[in-house]
Amino acid sequence: MTAPLLDTQRLVKRFGDFTAVNGIDVQVQPGEAFGFLGPNGAGKSSTMRMIACVSAPTEGSLHMFGLDAATHGAEIRARIGVVPQLDTLDTELSVQENLWLYGRFFDLPRAESKRRAKELLEFAQLSERADSIVDHLSGGMKRRLSIARSLINEPELLLLDEPTTGLDPQARHVLWDRLYRLKQQGVTLVLTTHYMDEAEQLCDRLVVMDQGRIVAEGSPRSLIEQYATREVLELRFAAGTNDQQASILAGIGQRQEVLPDRVLVYADDGEGALVQAHDRGARPESALVRRASLEDVFLLLTGRSLVD
Amino acid sequence: MASTVHRAVTGPLRVAEWHLVVYRRFWRMNVMSSFLQPMLYLLGLGVGVGSLVDANTASGDTLGGLSYVAYVAPGLLVTTAMALCAGESMWPILGGLKWQRGYHGIATTPLTATDIVIGHGLWMAVRGGTAAAAVSAALALFSDTRSWGLIPAVFVAALVGVAFAMPIMAFSINTEMDGSFAALQRFFIIPLFLFGGAFYPLTQLPTVAQWLAKIPPLWHGVVVARSFTTGDVDWLGTLGHLAYVSVWIVVGTVVAVRRLRRKLYP
Repeated sequence: MTAPLLDTQRLVKRFGDFTAVNGIDVQVQPGEAFGFLGPNGAGKSSTMRMIACVSAPTEGSLHMFGLDAATHGAEIRARIGVVPQLDTLDTELSVQENLWLYGRFFDLPRAESKRRAKELLEFAQLSERADSIVDHLSGGMKRRLSIARSLINEPELLLLDEPTTGLDPQARHVLWDRLYRLKQQGVTLVLTTHYMDEAEQLCDRLVVMDQGRIVAEGSPRSLIEQYATREVLELRFAAGTNDQQASILAGIGQRQEVLPDRVLVYADDGEGALVQAHDRGARPESALVRRASLEDVFLLLTGRSLVD
Repeated sequence: MASTVHRAVTGPLRVAEWHLVVYRRFWRMNVMSSFLQPMLYLLGLGVGVGSLVDANTASGDTLGGLSYVAYVAPGLLVTTAMALCAGESMWPILGGLKWQRGYHGIATTPLTATDIVIGHGLWMAVRGGTAAAAVSAALALFSDTRSWGLIPAVFVAALVGVAFAMPIMAFSINTEMDGSFAALQRFFIIPLFLFGGAFYPLTQLPTVAQWLAKIPPLWHGVVVARSFTTGDVDWLGTLGHLAYVSVWIVVGTVVAVRRLRRKLYP
């Protein structure tokens, strides 16, 4: 087994009295796509900022490429790419200028930086907008430009903090496709998200964070197997009657979850559970049997509502 | 070791290059105003106020035997650099931190807060210097103000510009609301413009006001620039004044670096 590219030991970040990250241990291997999942305020972004070497750990250790982040910040930053949650693009400059100027911060010669900028425009499907002012781009294009810019130093590790938040479905799929290509090229990806489908699409392995701690770790599939049943029965009742209906369902399947808009019944046989519910006199307005997803794991581990 | 030195030099240069590329989009507008505005002052003060002053027989002694226009010219040179560098170290700094967030973009590269601050200082030297050069080009058009001393005076103006830029940058980094910039302009920069020794000798002011006016770098720069344009240079005094101006640069830089580091790398 190769040495981990990223290795944290009991990593802690405090801001005054508030503990944002409360002792996490994470190892990421080269070539892996690794995700931090969790509701807002779980400590994902604070963790990402420490990994990006723009925020010093309060306690614990953080090593990347075998280097200590506390003492080798600039060296590490030279070898990673960062796509922050909020774009930091120069909105009054052109797409092209944003790219090659950023390369200059990594001490690339101007000609080399411009050559790479051209390649990355191609990669980000922005070649036709090379001379457009960034202000005039769509949200999805800006995001793609942010990713392209983070690749100008040919990083061994790419950090993405909520890469597709706020994008429409088409824009998200284009972005996922680009990230998948990077992964195939051997770039290690570390990302945060609160979209379950994104995590399932992109991550080989992930951790679920809640209140600064890691509450579960594994591949999307293994987490589903470990924390959820094979199938889920979703029942929708007349508004305001969920609690009352749920009491009728007690004992069906392995577990139940009462959400504001529906009741979930976790069972290995969803159809069987539906028959039992009918037998007991439950009359849902609609019923749906589906395979368990990462969202079910998330709901179980971090509380019912997607805090947002 | 060699790479540390290399980085210490190239880091700020890369930041200055970034400012230059951004500025290329706006320079036309800027150059016009930095040339036209002092021209207007020169005409208004020189022709209007100057004719009154020069007609007063006693004022010749107070101004050291100079015509009013010749007296005011170096003041105009230095205050132009001051006003420009002060303004460019207010809103743009907050833009880098809060609006476009360009500084946060740089923070994730190998560059550091020190590079950003010194890079800003270099860029301010260039901007202050070119603005002062534009003024001296205007001054060279008139026989009363034409002098080889305008050339070193441009460098003095650039230095004073940086001496304002760095402490104001330090102030701006910790500013949350851009409303405080208007206050800084109104209660610091404009009073300095009026009472800082640019348009009349400080001896015209009460003693306390004279001392207060000598605290900021402006008066020191104006005295040196004026000695160059009039050809009456006291070298030891010049050295003292420039050293004092440099102290402002050093202190401003140190505080700005410390504050920016805390903002970018919490």
